Amino acid sequence: MGIVVVGLSHKTAPVDVREKLSFPEAVVPDALKALMGYEGIKESLILSTCNRVELYTCVQESKKGVEQIKKFISDYHSLSPESLEQALYVHPDAQGVRHLFRVASSLDSMIVGEPQILGQLKDAFDIALTAKTTGAVLNKLLKKSISVAKRVRTETKIAESAVSISFAAVELAKKIFGNLEDKTVMLLGAGEMAELAARHLLKNGVKSVLVANRTFERAVELAEEFNGSAVRFEDFPSEMVMADILICSTGAQTCVVRHDVVHKALKDRRNKPIFMIDISVPRNIDPEVNKIDNVFLYDIDDLQGVVNTNIEGRAREAEKAEELIMQEVETYLQWERSLDAVPTIVELREKVEDIRRRELDKTLCQLNGITEDQRKAVEVLASAIVNKIMHAPIVVLKQAASGRDSNDLLAFGRKLFNLDKELKRPHLHEKGIGPSLKEEKK
Amino acid sequence: MNLLFFQIAVAVYVFAAVGYIVFIVKPELKWPAVAALWGALCGFVFHLAYFAFRWSESGRVPITSFFEAANFLGMGMMSVFLVMEFRFKIPALGAFMLPLVIVLMAPALVLSGDIQELNPVLKSGWLGVHTSLAALGDSAFAFAFIVSIMYLIQERQLKAKRRGALFHRLPSLDIMDTLGYRALTLGWPLFTLGMITGSIWANSAWGTYWSWDPKETWSLITWVVYLVLLHLRTIGWRGRKMALLTIFGFSFVLISFYVVSRVHIGKHLF
Repeated sequence: MGIVVVGLSHKTAPVDVREKLSFPEAVVPDALKALMGYEGIKESLILSTCNRVELYTCVQESKKGVEQIKKFISDYHSLSPESLEQALYVHPDAQGVRHLFRVASSLDSMIVGEPQILGQLKDAFDIALTAKTTGAVLNKLLKKSISVAKRVRTETKIAESAVSISFAAVELAKKIFGNLEDKTVMLLGAGEMAELAARHLLKNGVKSVLVANRTFERAVELAEEFNGSAVRFEDFPSEMVMADILICSTGAQTCVVRHDVVHKALKDRRNKPIFMIDISVPRNIDPEVNKIDNVFLYDIDDLQGVVNTNIEGRAREAEKAEELIMQEVETYLQWERSLDAVPTIVELREKVEDIRRRELDKTLCQLNGITEDQRKAVEVLASAIVNKIMHAPIVVLKQAASGRDSNDLLAFGRKLFNLDKELKRPHLHEKGIGPSLKEEKK
Repeated sequence: MNLLFFQIAVAVYVFAAVGYIVFIVKPELKWPAVAALWGALCGFVFHLAYFAFRWSESGRVPITSFFEAANFLGMGMMSVFLVMEFRFKIPALGAFMLPLVIVLMAPALVLSGDIQELNPVLKSGWLGVHTSLAALGDSAFAFAFIVSIMYLIQERQLKAKRRGALFHRLPSLDIMDTLGYRALTLGWPLFTLGMITGSIWANSAWGTYWSWDPKETWSLITWVVYLVLLHLRTIGWRGRKMALLTIFGFSFVLISFYVVSRVHIGKHLF
């Protein structure tokens, strides 16, 4: 039994290959069922996003499992096995566990730390749960990966800072104004970037929007979209009194927002701060206005600078996250190893229970005419002796199982209690006892 | 024995200050801020206990010597800090406020904490009222001073587009500007009341409301400085200029407390 991950991502395959191998959400349940039909596939889950297609499986035997999974992919997408060979990566066992934890924590994402992947993984898990193609191993593994991802997010700053221009604008606005709820944003020019930044600001609480544009119709159009109001372009200097945040992208070749205009606006605002964002190239706001108190001017390079520092910061945090994941992989593997001990412990318990019951029957038959109380006392005695004797070996087996060298001890224990029936004793009633792994886990 | 409580309080404040500083330079750790807040609370309890013991031992409000005044100023600042911390949840405040509390209380550590006999002429109900109002006013000014320093750091980072380690830890400019203003609007009336009650007390002790002793004169200057500050604020000064002015204003408080009081020529004991 082992975990195998087979797949491809933006790191190993271009988009034209990724799209050929993708599994749209609607077909995933059927694909999962088809995959389960292949030999040795015990559990499976398909994660298919625009950046990655990955099959997480629990297989009888790793090597054969990989072959079967590849066969499934080539069968399903009607591609030749050779063409797959280059694009696909294979992560067996511990590597696979680590890979999943990295994916869930967004360390393998195109933009490290972006949290969407965790949601996509949860969705994929839900689909597999509904299709009933996961079992004890993958369920545990997936739940663990989700908790690891949460740990990474809370214990490192990997997702804390903004890594896009418009998010950087929001981050800065919050550092200036705190709460954005009662703030007004003014769009000067209706460039796409400006629109995006405005959208992010709205999402973060800004309620009121003013739009000024050279073509007034476009301003009206955009204002309607934002539920704001349009302003004639010539009037923007006087309307600036209202604007706490000014986003400028007019496409003009010269300076549109002059120093004196800002100076006057600030005076009219009684020095309430203005956050000015100039996303136009060439710049439309006089760079000198940044020197005015309570004016904070950021041009496109400044914002990009913020983004770059944040990305560097994320890379540093990613290193911490990698370490954290190494630990988590180890704890998961410990749990997996402890599963090996389960059949032995079950067999041991059943064997001893068998002895207890038969010896008790025998004795009770010989003790004719005892009272009900006496009978109970004998039964209690037998159970107590068995439980007390078995306690220590079971605890030792459980503890040893989570360590690295559990196999020796397990083998020794089996031999000591004759679980593999090597010693034939005529009076020992033979009984077929199968390892009932599933019952134990409940 | 009582002094022990005072020393424990200061020691715990030092511990809390270290916790807060660790918190702002190591943002990935959350527990130092929690530990520091508990530390600050515990220290404050010891501080209160010390104040209560001293009160019962001396039989009067223990704000009559420089030692006691420094002690009470520290207590006032701590209470302002704790109220703000619980109200606004800005742990970064602690990293600036606690060191100031410790520094301002430090002179008390090296001075004799012995209870001194009070001139019977001064024994009056006004004693406690005057001194505690004045010290609470000073505490509010100290808070405004701290918030202004934090404002300037954050403003510098935003203007220069260089974001240091503190960037994420410091609150928004708006909240610091508002807190600074609120502290002034709280501190100035307290300070005013402190001066009024002081002159009433002076009248009952010496028969004159105002005698131009150094402390009185300096306090009047301080009072005017903060009045001007508040006026400028209401006509629209804010942000960096206001923060600089607030820092400037606090220097008058410091001089009043630590320089003018030490010149023993007037009637003021501290």
